[in-house]
Amino acid sequence: MASYSTNEFRGGLKVLFEGDPCIILENEFVKPGKGQGFSRVRLRNLMTNRVWDRTFKSNESLEGADVMDQDMEYLYTDGQFWHFMLTDGSFEQYAADGKAVGDTLKWLKEQNVYTVTLFNGAPLTITPPNFVELEVVETDPGMKGDTAQGGSKPATLSTGAVVSVPLFITIGEVLKVDTRTGEYMNRVKS
Amino acid sequence: MSNADSWQPGAASRALKSRAQQLSFVRGFFAQRQVLEVETPVLGRCGVTDPSLSGIAARVSAAGRQGGWLQTSPEYHMKRLLAAGCGDIYQVTKVFRDGESGRRHNPEFSMLEWYRCGFDDQTLMNEVADLVCSWLDCLRPHTLSYREALRRWAHIDPFTCTDAQLHARCGQWMEPQQLVGMSRDDCLDLLMSFAVEPRLGLDCPVFIHQYPASQASLARTSQVGSFAVAHRFELYINGLELCNGYWELTDADEQRRRFAADNRLRQARGQAAMEQDDAFLAAMDSGLPDCAGVALGLDRLLMLKLGASSIDEVLAFPFARA
Repeated sequence: MASYSTNEFRGGLKVLFEGDPCIILENEFVKPGKGQGFSRVRLRNLMTNRVWDRTFKSNESLEGADVMDQDMEYLYTDGQFWHFMLTDGSFEQYAADGKAVGDTLKWLKEQNVYTVTLFNGAPLTITPPNFVELEVVETDPGMKGDTAQGGSKPATLSTGAVVSVPLFITIGEVLKVDTRTGEYMNRVKS
Repeated sequence: MSNADSWQPGAASRALKSRAQQLSFVRGFFAQRQVLEVETPVLGRCGVTDPSLSGIAARVSAAGRQGGWLQTSPEYHMKRLLAAGCGDIYQVTKVFRDGESGRRHNPEFSMLEWYRCGFDDQTLMNEVADLVCSWLDCLRPHTLSYREALRRWAHIDPFTCTDAQLHARCGQWMEPQQLVGMSRDDCLDLLMSFAVEPRLGLDCPVFIHQYPASQASLARTSQVGSFAVAHRFELYINGLELCNGYWELTDADEQRRRFAADNRLRQARGQAAMEQDDAFLAAMDSGLPDCAGVALGLDRLLMLKLGASSIDEVLAFPFARA
């Protein structure tokens, strides 16, 4: 991988820092009137999501990180790994561990397409699409006539995710959910 | 930039108008004081030896000469004019510094530089205050020594602290392995940038003066108490550094020693040595009149006038759109 000096730093650049892949969020160049310049850099560790502020002398450099995002279809889990397949027609498969899947577990549905971030060729994180459509497998009985306003209740979806839904939702309905907020959007006609 | 709007200017029309007014104010200010406006080359034969400045090399081929440098400052050429006896002069020009980009930096920027014969640093500070306060309608600056500023905000005495104390203080911003090989001045620059500058000139503009002699650049030095200090000053307003001025060094031999020291430092850091500007040194040999000079960033002055937080707001086309 190429290495990048401070004046090549920019938001979105992926670099290795203390062995971990990081994305640069901000880079502020600071320099006293005369003398040594510095870069104040905000990085997000892609393994832990922790945000770091670090200072570099001008012309210090960081190695680039071999990180790339790929669209992949979720296939199945064998209990230990979650298996994904590239959607580019190559049928190439990748196995993600529980750490990579993380919170996305509750949005994983077979045949849906996810963004798999690969680090040195191995899944690092799995990002769900912004919206997923999932079936309700458990919720209290719906109340007639209550279609417009008022109250909500929990509903368990086929993946195990629990979302807050209007009272009229019944078991077997398919819902559109925003994975970023975990909020119910609407019913989907099946 | 590849967006469809990338052709559009970065500055609002208010900033463009204010820039024009600022330029006419500056010209009026110096006309009234009978300081002559001059123009010197933006493209010169030599660059600059200063290890913390990166010039931008030009691939010129003309008049039997190959190559040149976009100037980081008009200083050498203006001093050649001074040595030739042209008297008090000022210039508004573009200068170029590679690698400098950010909220307060653009690799190309507008500089106002002027020289006053017979002035020292104190009298020139007064004139800087006249110009800046009259344009910004702000309070007259206080004056604070570099030593006092570092003691107050970085909690360290820049002249008497040990290297170990200095490194320990820098540990707030840098890892121990990053500090290896950093000189005292590099460490002081770090503290100045992160601990001191953000606090300077918040209530009232402030001149920092009496820099350590090791940071004299082209200023003359003298003893203040038991410390060697440079007759150099900078003006800060709202944490923004606005200008850098010197009671100018006139000793050509000392100038040669400083150029050589710069190049030794460059080599130690793995930077290419820079050719020393012999025409400038010859002018120094022939006699630079006693004078003080200052360089002031006009884009930053405009930022202060308009309350802009980024230099991009005051540039018609910041580098990303240039």
